[in-house]
Amino acid sequence: MLVAGIILVLTVIAYLAKVVGGFEGVQFSPTVSVIVVILLAASLLWILVLTLKGRLIGRRVVFLYVGIAVSLPLFMSISQKIVISPETQQLYDAISELPSGAKVLVSFDYDPPSAPELQPMAEAFLYYCFTHDFKVIVIGLWPQGPQQANLAIDKLLALPEIEAKNLQYGIDYVNLGYQAGNEFVIQRMGGSFESMFPTDYSGHPYSDLELVRNIRNFSNIDYSFNLSAGYPGTQEWVQVAVDRYGLSMGGGNTAVQAPMMYTYLQAGQLAGLLGGMNGAAEFEKLVGREDKGTRFMLSQSFAHMVVIAFILIGNVAFIVGGRKKKL
Amino acid sequence: MKRQIPLFITFFVGTLLIFSVFIPPMETLGENFTLFFDIIAVFAFFLGAGNLVRVHVSKLRKRKADWGFSIVTLIGFGFMLFVGLLKIGNPGGIAADVTAPGSWFQEMFNYVINPLQSTMYALLAFFVASASYRAFRAKNREATILLMAAFVILLGRTPLGMMLTAWIPDSLSIFQIPNMAVWIMNSFNLAGQRAILIGISLGVVAMSLRLILGVERTYLGGDDSG
Repeated sequence: MLVAGIILVLTVIAYLAKVVGGFEGVQFSPTVSVIVVILLAASLLWILVLTLKGRLIGRRVVFLYVGIAVSLPLFMSISQKIVISPETQQLYDAISELPSGAKVLVSFDYDPPSAPELQPMAEAFLYYCFTHDFKVIVIGLWPQGPQQANLAIDKLLALPEIEAKNLQYGIDYVNLGYQAGNEFVIQRMGGSFESMFPTDYSGHPYSDLELVRNIRNFSNIDYSFNLSAGYPGTQEWVQVAVDRYGLSMGGGNTAVQAPMMYTYLQAGQLAGLLGGMNGAAEFEKLVGREDKGTRFMLSQSFAHMVVIAFILIGNVAFIVGGRKKKL
Repeated sequence: MKRQIPLFITFFVGTLLIFSVFIPPMETLGENFTLFFDIIAVFAFFLGAGNLVRVHVSKLRKRKADWGFSIVTLIGFGFMLFVGLLKIGNPGGIAADVTAPGSWFQEMFNYVINPLQSTMYALLAFFVASASYRAFRAKNREATILLMAAFVILLGRTPLGMMLTAWIPDSLSIFQIPNMAVWIMNSFNLAGQRAILIGISLGVVAMSLRLILGVERTYLGGDDSG
């Protein structure tokens, strides 16, 4: 009950912060940030000392530390050096070669649970497309994918540099919506886009949309980017669209799924890969618009450190306890 | 006949779809056949919704454990169906897009489904940390190697890994944590994933052949497995 009460209070505070906006200016100075980090590290050391003395901590303490590690960095003014990985660079290089007016297909194959990792990727990718005058065609093999796409597009269209371009729906970008059928949709798109998407997300007929009117199948697409959180996702796109129809494609995957895509990356079937929030932060750096991916990386770094610390503490308890003690 | 007709349909469609991949003139035929999947999927949506209601109503009637959650499920399901079908709150009326800004369906997505699903997923971080603390042990040599690899990946996937090993000279850059993480992903992970993928693919081929040739019959129901 106590934990539930604390969560409720924190949720109300977070809600008020969002609605009222009174917490927007709250930012720790670099000195305070460093002090907070030192205090966190010292308390973890203290837990290690307690463990060495045979006093074990409960899992609620672990929960508390993860909560602190995720939330406090959001207020810290510490910057991290983002190092670009080869797979992110490969994706950036692939889209850098596209000419202005290139037709780019973006498939949103995820839903809200994966949005913290994939939405920053989507926004960074679409930002690059819009600023370089690519024509963007959005689809979704997951029911909530097109809604995630709209969230990203609406946010980007409000930016002054994008607003100045006066992008028109149906001419510069289009959302064809969701279609059920998983990899069969991809296969049918190899023959005809219109057969799978007779209307767009809002019900406009395919043939009325200037951008896609002359797009018959994958042969009319210059590059494709797939944002995936599972099945159907990048694996299915590679197996059908890339292998059978020769589509040039890059992927943006959750950190859990990304390791499975290295086989396709090394085989040249994927032209670039963004893995998890780290991939999003790297791509944001490359496109020159550091946003959520970069900001949330600090939380992820802290959370990783806390997990590592507790694995070490757990192993110390295991060794000190004669390799028998259970936590 | 009850079994022979489904077996014949499976053989016919399976063989046709295999040929459609390798014989270009048959490619369109194969694509057209995939339309059947969409038709079946439409019925599956109805079946899924019907099954959801049936299971939870039955749970409520019998007052099974956690029946209170069934009420929440049924109310949520009914409400979304109601606001979606009738396009409640939609500025453009019944003929407009169901997800138009201002429609209750879209508002529910933005302010209920989105945060709730994100919260559920976010809770994983707490459970992963707790499980790692309690179960990730260097019990033997193999477990210790796994633990070391996990540390390298955990650190290498964040800028912190670079910060910790930035002092290592470029000539020994392979020992910088991010580079070690890349090496693990591109060698051990790649080899393992590829082996699993090839194994699964061979299994799919074998199972497909068993289905097409009628050796595997469990999908027909009953005890006759061939």
